[in-house]
Amino acid sequence: MKAIYSLILVLALVVIATLGAGAAKMQTIFAYCVPGTAFVIFVVGFVAKIIGWAKSPVPFRIPTTGGQQQSLDWIPQNKWDNPSTGPQTAMRMFLEIVTFRSLFRNTKVVLKHDDGKNPVVAYVSNKWLWLFAILFHYSFLIIVLRHMRLFLQPVPQVIVAIEFVDSVLQIYTPILYQTDTLILAGAGFLLARRLFDAKLRYISLVNDYFPLMLILAIALSGMYMRYIAKVDIMAIKEVVMGLTTFHFKAPVGIDISFYVHLFLVSTLLVYFPFSKLMHLGGVFLSPTRNLPNDTRMHHHENPWNNPAIKPHSYEAYEDEFREPMFEAGLPLEKNPEEAA
Amino acid sequence: MKLYNGGKIITGLVIFLGIFLAPLAYNAGKAAYSQPKLKLPENEKECVESKEFMRTKHMQLLNEWRDYALRDGQRFYVNSKGKEFEMSLQKTCMKCHTNKAEFCDKCHNDASVTPYCWDCHIQPEGLKK
Repeated sequence: MKAIYSLILVLALVVIATLGAGAAKMQTIFAYCVPGTAFVIFVVGFVAKIIGWAKSPVPFRIPTTGGQQQSLDWIPQNKWDNPSTGPQTAMRMFLEIVTFRSLFRNTKVVLKHDDGKNPVVAYVSNKWLWLFAILFHYSFLIIVLRHMRLFLQPVPQVIVAIEFVDSVLQIYTPILYQTDTLILAGAGFLLARRLFDAKLRYISLVNDYFPLMLILAIALSGMYMRYIAKVDIMAIKEVVMGLTTFHFKAPVGIDISFYVHLFLVSTLLVYFPFSKLMHLGGVFLSPTRNLPNDTRMHHHENPWNNPAIKPHSYEAYEDEFREPMFEAGLPLEKNPEEAA
Repeated sequence: MKLYNGGKIITGLVIFLGIFLAPLAYNAGKAAYSQPKLKLPENEKECVESKEFMRTKHMQLLNEWRDYALRDGQRFYVNSKGKEFEMSLQKTCMKCHTNKAEFCDKCHNDASVTPYCWDCHIQPEGLKK
């Protein structure tokens, strides 16, 4: 049901853009005003969210040992999984962000049988999520970089090179980008696991399905533009360059699918800072990843301690409450007579 | 209110802004972008198909021509108005659009498109960059 709500939401967005830029002839609004506003909301929202997170106190270090921590000299330390210095932690962060190491450790619970045919609960390696997640994320990155050909003039050589590598198979006309198929495979798998795994379906919410379906819709609308509608790319470049140079020209002769694609992307940008998609910035602030395991080397001052509250020993406590405690018959270190 | 690890986080945010505002900075101060002006043939007013069709679907047409001519041996194309053309890049297209640099490349460069026409066809001498 939650998946259906998300699907209806995404379809409603498609209908809004189709009617708005098509029947209502508001091309200028859908080409400039909506994406421009969306981008401002995205940037400001993103920065505000990070600043908000930066205001929360950093907790006591959570070592979450994936490996041997620094110990006696003759015990080899697992420096990338359990770092104790800054550079080692930077390495752990780098590998986490670039290769999704935590996800690579993903396991699943299965029921196996031992030699005597007795059931045994076992945890086995489960790399599918990692594989499709990494396919999805890197495809998305390459697709965003590739789009820079519409945002930059002259097009830098590096973008041309990415474009060349991504279409190196020379299939179909216009040439098929490999990342277009890979992102569908990646996002499709991420959606399918939520739909077909009963445990995941149970914990999935609209805000899990919606971004996935939105991104799938963006990918599909983009592919429709390129491979089926074959939109006028130069007219689109004029609009996009208008957005980045602030010289707005009335868009002419652009297929409606462009406005649908742009409206879906705008929705993604607006939705981004308020959703789970903020893991783009949040991953850098994961306390289990970015804090070195040096709790035995550095004293941790609890940041939310109130300096006005002084330490209170048991001795002082008993001094304060000796009479009532004695009356209640509680055991005391010193009786009232001894203390007097 | 206090920021924890403020220095590092602000640095990260500056990098974030730098990446996402890079297109604006790259284009800053440049004049408005206009589609390239193509050098159109002087003695011919009509292309094989309509201007709108050619703008968006010429690559599809060229691909079909290649398949018909080279794989099916069918050498003639009848357009939507019933006029007949020989399916040939060099004899038909390039008869009018003689200058690759002033026609094809203009849009292809701006859109960062590198068609593989010239992997097989020989680019006319004197028109190479």
